[in-house]
Amino acid sequence: MAQPRIRPFVGRAPEAPTVRLNGFTRRFGDNVVIDGLDLTIAPGEFVALLGASGSGKTTLLRTLAGLDPVGGQDVATPDARAVVFQDARLLPWKKVWRNVALGLKGDDVRARAEAALKEVGLGHRLDAWPSTLSGGEAQRTALARALVREPALLLLDEPFAALDALTRLKMHDLVLSLWREHRPAVLLVTHDVDEAVALADRVLVLDKGKIALEERIALERPRQPDARFHAVRRRLLGRLGVEAPAAQPTHAPALVTFPTGEALL
Amino acid sequence: MSLAITLRNSQASTWRWPGLSRARWLSPVILLALWEAGSQAGLIPARVLAAPSAVAETFWEMTMSGALPSNLLVSLGRAAAGLAIALSVAVTLGLISGLSRWGETLVDPLMQIKRTIPSLALTPLFIVWFGIGETPKITLIAVAATFPLYLNLFAGIRGVDVRLVEAARSFGLSGWSLVREVILPGALPSFFVGLRYALGISLLMLVVAEQINAQAGLGRLINDARDFMRTDIIVVCLLVYALLGLAADALVRTLERKALAWRPSLVEQ
Repeated sequence: MAQPRIRPFVGRAPEAPTVRLNGFTRRFGDNVVIDGLDLTIAPGEFVALLGASGSGKTTLLRTLAGLDPVGGQDVATPDARAVVFQDARLLPWKKVWRNVALGLKGDDVRARAEAALKEVGLGHRLDAWPSTLSGGEAQRTALARALVREPALLLLDEPFAALDALTRLKMHDLVLSLWREHRPAVLLVTHDVDEAVALADRVLVLDKGKIALEERIALERPRQPDARFHAVRRRLLGRLGVEAPAAQPTHAPALVTFPTGEALL
Repeated sequence: MSLAITLRNSQASTWRWPGLSRARWLSPVILLALWEAGSQAGLIPARVLAAPSAVAETFWEMTMSGALPSNLLVSLGRAAAGLAIALSVAVTLGLISGLSRWGETLVDPLMQIKRTIPSLALTPLFIVWFGIGETPKITLIAVAATFPLYLNLFAGIRGVDVRLVEAARSFGLSGWSLVREVILPGALPSFFVGLRYALGISLLMLVVAEQINAQAGLGRLINDARDFMRTDIIVVCLLVYALLGLAADALVRTLERKALAWRPSLVEQ
């Protein structure tokens, strides 16, 4: 029992990564969608995945979600994982709280679902039918459905793409505060460079099934659109093939306000 | 007696009774009145068609004597038995066929072959096999009602949104729980369409089946009435058939309203 633990000579004990892919390849017919990809995500790390359509980011997310077969390749993911899809995918014939409780077992299922819905600000819509929810409410329900499972890995598949700009900003705040509270590892797939830079610890650009660029974002949250923010943004946009104007943070009009990290409402 | 009259516009020639333009009950009432008047005047002999008042009287007498309720019960029993058999066969086959490729390969061709044979055409065969008792009647109803139930359940299952199935899988549902929580509720709207068809068809088949030497039931009443040229009794039985159709429709509507409460209705009630 009292064996001395031997620690390697690093600053802190290495934690087992939440996600580890080694040389992962996925092809559909002759089409190589993901090409020898290496990826690790640390526990509690917030990773954003950018890429043009067809770059393989959805395929990667589906692989990590266990929705696609891995064919015996070296893919390590936690069992406790949950997905929030772009279209909320709520079952229309189940009331909101039953959607959150889907597949849960135990006596306290209703209480757990209720707690999760209160956390996303939907404590008053427990018994609503999904068809009566707004787009933002549906996505918050989907977030509650993912969180109630206490996932070690939270997979977000462009969850805010279909929302209006204001609702999207509120959702950014909500996701950040939920992430701080529960500390799952997060993989956010998105088209939106600003969203990725505003939220993530690390941003990956996927191109033709390979990681083309990796940016670690050390900016403290809440992130302001300052010079460092713009520098990161320009590098990412450049790799995605978009010419971004030079950063002029003091003069540039703010196109969007960035999340404050405070819970809204 | 004064009538409320509204003046639509300044032209005095366009007098209207308010609400009368939407009175859908008006023409049936006029028809009924003409029919009654024609009977009273002797223009419509009772052996051709009994007067509405005579029909109403007969209806009351038959209800009071118990002849109508007891025979109605026999007929309803036939329809219910046939429909119950159709339901269990169709749901079983629909599930087998809807939930697996193999099931579809094995079951669906047989059902499609069955569909090409009009159920009524099987009547002589059923009489040869089962005689002229209750069995051929119930079998005829069951066979005819099976196909719409099967087809709509099958289509409903295959039409369930695969994205919902995938999401439910990602949340740990599989096997029977996936069928119960996702696939069956998703197929339910389509199933109800089939149920409505099946109810209509089983009533239709009931009418035909009861022409086969019925010992009791509405068909027996009609056959007897025909022999004695009692058109009043025939009309009463026709009315009861119509009421059965209405009742069946109301039943499905109620079931739908309860089971499909989650659906946003296109037209608010």
